[in-house]
Amino acid sequence: MSEQMDQTLDQSRGRTQQLVLVGNGMAGVSCVEQILKQPHDFDITIFGDETHVNYNRILLSLVLAGEKSPEEIVINDIEWYQNNSIRARLGVKIARIDRENRRVIDEDGGVTEYDKLILATGSSAFIPPIPGVEKKNVHVFRTRDDTRALLEKARPGLKAVVIGGGLLGLEAARGLQVRGCDVTVVHLMETLMDRQLDATGGEYLKRKIESLGIKVMLPQQTAALFGNGRVDGLRFASGEELEADLVVLAAGIRPNTDLAKQAGLDTRRGIIVNDYMETSDPHIFAVGECTEHRGQTFGLVAPLFEQGRVLASTLNGTRTQTFEGASPSTKLKIMGVDIFSAGSIHAGQPGVEEVKYEDPSLGVYKKLLIKDNQLQGVILVGDIEDEHQYLDWMRGGTDLTPHRRTILFPPRDADPGLEVAAMPDSETICGCNGVRKGDIVQAIHKHGITTLAGLKERTRASTSCGTCTGLCEKLLRAVTPNFQEETRTTMCACVPFSYEQLRDIIKGQKLKSVEEVLTVYGNRKGCEVCKPALSYMLDMLWCGDHEEDRSARFINDRVHANIQKDGTFSVIPRMRGGVTTPDELRRIADVADKYNVPMVKVTGSQRIDLLGIKKADLPSVWKDLGMPSGQAYTKGVRMVKTCVGTQFCRFGVQDSTSAGIELERRLENLFTPHKYKMGVVGCPRNCAEATVKDLGLIGQEGSWQVVVGGAAGKSVRKADLLITVETTEQALEASDLFFQYYRENANYLERTYDFVERLGIEKIRKDTVYAPDAEKRDLLERLARSKKLSKDAWTEGENPVNPTQFVQIEPLQNPAMRIEASV
Amino acid sequence: MTDQIIWTAITPVENIPPREGRAVNAGSQEIAIFNIGGRYLTIENKCPHKGGPLCDGIVSGTSVVCPLHARRFDLETGMAVRATEPACVATYPTKVEGGVIYVDLAGARKAYEDAAA
Repeated sequence: MSEQMDQTLDQSRGRTQQLVLVGNGMAGVSCVEQILKQPHDFDITIFGDETHVNYNRILLSLVLAGEKSPEEIVINDIEWYQNNSIRARLGVKIARIDRENRRVIDEDGGVTEYDKLILATGSSAFIPPIPGVEKKNVHVFRTRDDTRALLEKARPGLKAVVIGGGLLGLEAARGLQVRGCDVTVVHLMETLMDRQLDATGGEYLKRKIESLGIKVMLPQQTAALFGNGRVDGLRFASGEELEADLVVLAAGIRPNTDLAKQAGLDTRRGIIVNDYMETSDPHIFAVGECTEHRGQTFGLVAPLFEQGRVLASTLNGTRTQTFEGASPSTKLKIMGVDIFSAGSIHAGQPGVEEVKYEDPSLGVYKKLLIKDNQLQGVILVGDIEDEHQYLDWMRGGTDLTPHRRTILFPPRDADPGLEVAAMPDSETICGCNGVRKGDIVQAIHKHGITTLAGLKERTRASTSCGTCTGLCEKLLRAVTPNFQEETRTTMCACVPFSYEQLRDIIKGQKLKSVEEVLTVYGNRKGCEVCKPALSYMLDMLWCGDHEEDRSARFINDRVHANIQKDGTFSVIPRMRGGVTTPDELRRIADVADKYNVPMVKVTGSQRIDLLGIKKADLPSVWKDLGMPSGQAYTKGVRMVKTCVGTQFCRFGVQDSTSAGIELERRLENLFTPHKYKMGVVGCPRNCAEATVKDLGLIGQEGSWQVVVGGAAGKSVRKADLLITVETTEQALEASDLFFQYYRENANYLERTYDFVERLGIEKIRKDTVYAPDAEKRDLLERLARSKKLSKDAWTEGENPVNPTQFVQIEPLQNPAMRIEASV
Repeated sequence: MTDQIIWTAITPVENIPPREGRAVNAGSQEIAIFNIGGRYLTIENKCPHKGGPLCDGIVSGTSVVCPLHARRFDLETGMAVRATEPACVATYPTKVEGGVIYVDLAGARKAYEDAAA
């Protein structure tokens, strides 16, 4: 909006009150949102010195870590400002306040009058007075632009040092590390997150952070940053030095009070406000990190939302709410590192008892500080399930006498609704977006919400860090009789995350082996359920470029044959499209004779099965057969069943045999969430049963029907039509698209017929054959990458991954035995 | 009752990869040796349920899951884990010396027979 238009508007005002907000951040804008919820007579202008719309600053660490895009953390998009007739002056910094004439003057000299002024100027990164902080490649981590600058520098192998082992420092460190940097955290104190943790809790956290591959140096005082113009390293007070290509300062924040101070408002560390969020000037108010209330400043989000609500009630004249301060509660947002801390956690005050529990091998530490049978503070590391219970007790000043015996493991209510029913309406459920229980209950009733997705859309609860998802679901279950649970299956108790979350974790955290996933996100053991599922997921996500761990795979995938009830194996060579040659048949017959194969059987998939082969014979059987693996033992591409089509059949209208062989060649050797069987028929008579295959091509005069999700197994299901196309090449491309889409989006052991029903064929069409060209290209490109790294598993007969892969070990002859006296 | 243990040299440790098992033909009995992170444990290679080859199972911590019907056994005690009815396999004393795994083949022990004795 031009300056001139602005002035015209300014002159035309008068009927309504001018409300000016300085600071386009979370606290100020959430206050405006609260004002907009009630009828009001304000004409609102928002100044922001950043050029971005209001975004969720708390989630910048997830942007750095690649878990969210910058767009995903936007809270109010530009339409929101427009739809609410708010003038957004982005990238405009206010230079001073003219209290006498009630106007603010921006850096370009522009003047804006106000009736009410809200200061929400936030805070800035504290720059420690260390010589050399002005050097190049020394950054802070506070804004979207800071994040972008870090992302531009971060690259694999870069030596990054984070000064400051608090919440922000650790999150920054993890973000840089998943970008491939070699990261060290340097902290002045003996304990990481020393404001929130005691020494033991800090030690547990340190171990966990180190297990992620981040180095930690404690206590270490940085004396100087050296380097010629650009930073090359740090010198510590101890005299030691540490090389660094990049330094991030995360040594705390300071409230931005300059504007208020200069205008003569009362300030100390922050801008002083009373319980109504009023400053010392009756026309000026303040919220957020720039404030100081009863001697306390704030750096966490929940109290800031509370302040916004209180100020809204002050400004709309009702003055029904007051701000009573807040006991701090903090959660670390690093996936797999669960830390929760609340209240006053430092012991040593008279009359404070400590109740503790720790399990070093599980990495679990809990400590409760209790005074006069009331909870004063809590530290949870590794297991934060009960955070809400503790917060509830702490805030309510509950008498803990009846809970003392089970206080470290509070029994869960048999009725999950009880926990949420007992919560007060003012309890914040979603700390990231400041959504309270009351807001959620109201939204559910008002909009008839029955799904988590609906709740997210209406209230934004659970859209950011996701830690409140469980609570939101409980509320939905308790409040709405027709709650529809999302099919978000947890993979396994060993790694208690949904498939979707695990895919994000593996991609975001760049995990490349099953052991890594289990160590960081699981119980370190894994089992027969999650190990093969994780193996598949890693193979799919990294397109085969990962560390395959044979021990995590089922025996069939270790020896590339199907185990039978007596421990022998079945061998089915690939016979593309069910077409073979006399030569192949002779070799099969010879193998059957040579190895005394107890049964030779034609399978339902137009192939030949040799049953009863000993593990030790597998390599030589494969060699004698001279045919590739048919993958009949694995969750992967099985085969394409075909009819003879136009090559011989008098009814055939398409060359189904050639198309089937080509289809099999394109996809063979790849793995899938469950077995994947295909069929191609040359006319609608459907002799090769393409309509009951995971994927079928049905030839018609001048076109192919591509059908998916058919089944003739435990359940019988006719496949759905994906698309009808004219050429064989188009049919094969549609097949590729569906195939890769199924690989990427199905849960492990989910057959296509369940997958297609779960997602619906319309969605699948929209995401595959009718997807934008760029998306299609990406799917095909990932498929091509996987295909390139795939290989015929039977080549391992000659090059086993492990020398004893197929061998039955015999005891050594020499030295044979050793005799000892028994004890 | 003997007053001697006869340790039979079985195979170099590197023949059993981490978190996998291998079957060994030891005269009349077939045993399965597992490598659980540098520790080696030996059990009889036959699931009491339907005779499945336990050496081919997926290892989960210190237990193994039979590849045929997912019965799970603790490698240290031989006891069935999470079973609906009690079951167990024999365990064998195992040690490593000079990079070679030794097993006391006569030292088979079964939790239930022990308990009954």
